[in-house]
Amino acid sequence: MSDDGREEADNQRDQMSIDAAEEVNPNHLKLYYGRLFPYADMFKWLSYGNDGKHPGCDASFFGRREFSFTLDNDVYLRFQSFNTLPDLENSIKDKSPSKIDIGPVYSVDPSKRHAYAQSGVNVFTPVERELVFDIDITDYDDVRYCCSGADVCLDCWPLMTVAIKVIDAALREDFGFNHILWVFSGRRGVHCWVCDGKARRLTNEQRAAIADYFRVYKGNENSGKKVSLAGPVLHPFLVRSYADFLKDFFETKLLSSQNLFLTEERYEKILEMIPDNSVTSELRGKWQQNTRRSSAPKEDINLVRWAQLKSTLQSGKQKGQGLRRCVEEIVFCFAYPRLDMEVSKHMNHLLKAPFCVHPKTGGYLDVLSVLEMNASAMKEDQFSHITRCYHVILSGRVCVPIDPDNCDEFDPTRVPMLSQLLGELNIEGRTADDGNVWDGTSLGKSIRFFRSSFLQPLLKSCKEEIESSYSSKLQQSKSSISW
Amino acid sequence: MEIVRPQRKPPSGDAVPTLPLYRSAPPLEVRLEDFELYAMDRLRVLKGISDGLSRGKKPEEMEKLVTDLWKTHMRHPHAPDAANKDIISHFVLRLVYCRTEELRKWFLSNETALFRYRFLAQTPEAQRKLMAEFDLPYKAVSSTEFEGIKDKLSQVARLLGHSLPASDALFYKVPFEEVSELVAGRRVFIQKGYAYVAMNQVVSLVVTQFRSLQSKALILTNRKWTSTIREEEKDRLTPIVEALCTSYLGPDYSQPKEFSEVSIKDINQIAKSSFPLCMRHLFEKLREDHHLKHGGRMQLGLFLKGVGLKLEDALAFWKAEFSQKVGAERFDKEYAYSIRHNYGREGKRTDYTPYSCQKIISSTPGVGDHHGCPYRHFSEENLRAALCRMGVNSGAMEDVMEKVRNRHYQLACTITFEAIHGSSYDAGINHPNQYFTDSQKILKSKLHFGDVPSLKLM
Ligand SMILES: [Zn+2]
Repeated sequence: MSDDGREEADNQRDQMSIDAAEEVNPNHLKLYYGRLFPYADMFKWLSYGNDGKHPGCDASFFGRREFSFTLDNDVYLRFQSFNTLPDLENSIKDKSPSKIDIGPVYSVDPSKRHAYAQSGVNVFTPVERELVFDIDITDYDDVRYCCSGADVCLDCWPLMTVAIKVIDAALREDFGFNHILWVFSGRRGVHCWVCDGKARRLTNEQRAAIADYFRVYKGNENSGKKVSLAGPVLHPFLVRSYADFLKDFFETKLLSSQNLFLTEERYEKILEMIPDNSVTSELRGKWQQNTRRSSAPKEDINLVRWAQLKSTLQSGKQKGQGLRRCVEEIVFCFAYPRLDMEVSKHMNHLLKAPFCVHPKTGGYLDVLSVLEMNASAMKEDQFSHITRCYHVILSGRVCVPIDPDNCDEFDPTRVPMLSQLLGELNIEGRTADDGNVWDGTSLGKSIRFFRSSFLQPLLKSCKEEIESSYSSKLQQSKSSISW
Repeated sequence: MEIVRPQRKPPSGDAVPTLPLYRSAPPLEVRLEDFELYAMDRLRVLKGISDGLSRGKKPEEMEKLVTDLWKTHMRHPHAPDAANKDIISHFVLRLVYCRTEELRKWFLSNETALFRYRFLAQTPEAQRKLMAEFDLPYKAVSSTEFEGIKDKLSQVARLLGHSLPASDALFYKVPFEEVSELVAGRRVFIQKGYAYVAMNQVVSLVVTQFRSLQSKALILTNRKWTSTIREEEKDRLTPIVEALCTSYLGPDYSQPKEFSEVSIKDINQIAKSSFPLCMRHLFEKLREDHHLKHGGRMQLGLFLKGVGLKLEDALAFWKAEFSQKVGAERFDKEYAYSIRHNYGREGKRTDYTPYSCQKIISSTPGVGDHHGCPYRHFSEENLRAALCRMGVNSGAMEDVMEKVRNRHYQLACTITFEAIHGSSYDAGINHPNQYFTDSQKILKSKLHFGDVPSLKLM
């Protein structure tokens, strides 16, 4: 690195120390992009088999995909596109974006959209895009008492886990999708990428229909999230969501972990959802007395009160369908996935790429592990700066895939951190020309999972799809044109 | 030229009349006159539908509206001729509306809505026949499969308040993406990518098919239009086709209706009570500046003629204003001519027709011009201020602004009309003189509640 570059790095370091707790060290990021980021896997994935030799492959496919980069100085570069894996890799290494977003595949190369616009022949419009979902823990603030905002802990993370289960089951069972990638969104929640060919080619209207299929909340952000399950019975999708996931999760986990009935303020919020004064006053009476008497301490007060509420609502006295539905409505209100609908509805919505490092996920790197870093193993120009800057070294968490079949085991607090990975890299003592540098790091497990459970089956079906659509195209005779 | 009746085979099997799917152009020879008249009639239907949809009418209301519109405009005493009129008018309009993306979109959505409600009005038998004609690639659910998912299907049927499916009930297995609206409302059972659509929900399927058929056809027609038809028909059809989509379909208001007459002394009052915003604005600007540029003079002048201002009064009215600015002599020399011209007393001596909304909306006022449609040409701020001066309340104001944002300028004007007159106005504003006439009607009917300026009826 030149002296100028060194000075620049020093300047960056000084700026960083100002709001240190929020930023990822740019030199770390450079190392991550230099040695760990799985370019080839990302390229394979987003090529969907079109990087092969088959005559049915669309060689322009990957090059029409929009990437957008957020740079360190808050510069936002949209409509980046790359024709080859080296193009992608070099650009990311060069720009070292603090965030990479993936957009749709357009009708024409997005970086040349202006040229096409002038020629007036091709319309610049999105033609393919994964069906995506974004679930953010910040949208659950009215039903979790442990954390708020962007914070998450092991008590509230299971809300994300149950969301994955509900949506994943519906995507597979109802919609028949097979190639679904769940990703830790960095700190606040999860992203879902549905990558089946059919999903990628859905129109905006069809995407909106799926989003609406998942909607149970009525009203908007301002009117407060209220669930309404009207009708004499529930739709089979809601029945499954409730019976297979939500009921059990609510009763065995959420009730006690969030202490949903602990205080008057909390149970009042639940009583509000019951539109019958005789029921609510009966329960209220019980619970107010109950608090004063401070009954048997061994029993979990949340479970006791929930059981009372249920038996009151479901007792023979309550004939009305609406009241019986209340139990389900309460469970849905607390536990049903809260999707950011807008993200799913439009083809051209950008979503953060998997394996990005979440820029706002902080955490101090163990100073010692930095000092122990072996300069000869690193071989990167930036290394000397890292050691000099150790006092502000911070790290972010990597947006790793989540296995929906084992999502209960996913622990957001143990997701690989940038600092940790670089430390491991150092211990491994590998050089850059070794094939899979990440193999010995804690990122290895994530990439191996990505390949075996997602990428390989996906590419297999892409290949079949390309072959079959090619042969049917050959057979297709020219249809006559009629007015 | 005579209409040559097509040698069409009667529909195979029974003779249940169904709807045409407009798959190919009819082998009919059409009189040029009918070509245009039929198209105008269908256009009236489509405009009515478009109006109804953008006013947010409910499905039941739309069903009634479409039936009424069809009866009013497309009826023909002779049944085969009615069928021909349906087909011919569709193909003419397809030609008219294939030419730009925007036109295609408009045509597609209104033709699809028309088809939807006509389909709903068919007998179940005719509906089944249409299903067959579409040759939908959907399989009916087999009885073994039905037994396996019967519980789920009954659950959805109960949810919708339908009767429970009998064991011989017909369900179609359809890729879910082809029945978006059923999916969105969770009004269908979905399994492994397939929606199980009950016979009574079939309209959604058929409409999707119809829409995609039409969408493809419009693209093809557009290609043919640009490659051959436009040139080949440049002396015959092309002028008609190019004029049709902007044609104004209402009465022309070139003669004041109901023999009404308005005198100069009333004009201030009726401007305040019954002029649409575009004319009020011109009128106020004229009073303020004692001058209007050409576009404004034409728009206001012809409107006033339609309102019933006689030529002599018109001359006096314009002179009174203009002479304050340019002097009486210059007015007589430079401006009086064009006023007489508007009344057909100079030049070609033809009557000039007052401008329709369509024409006003599509005008392009420049700097210093005051003509045009305020809903389209004003800034939001100016429009709000102007509406406020007219006495539009804040609730209606937001409705108006929403319509403006969606570029439904005539609906915005209609809502203004409703707000000011305190009564609903289903017809929709298409012409400033219609606004005026109907405003006067309403005010007159309220006359006994107070003193309202009105026209003198002869
Ligand atoms: Zn928490």
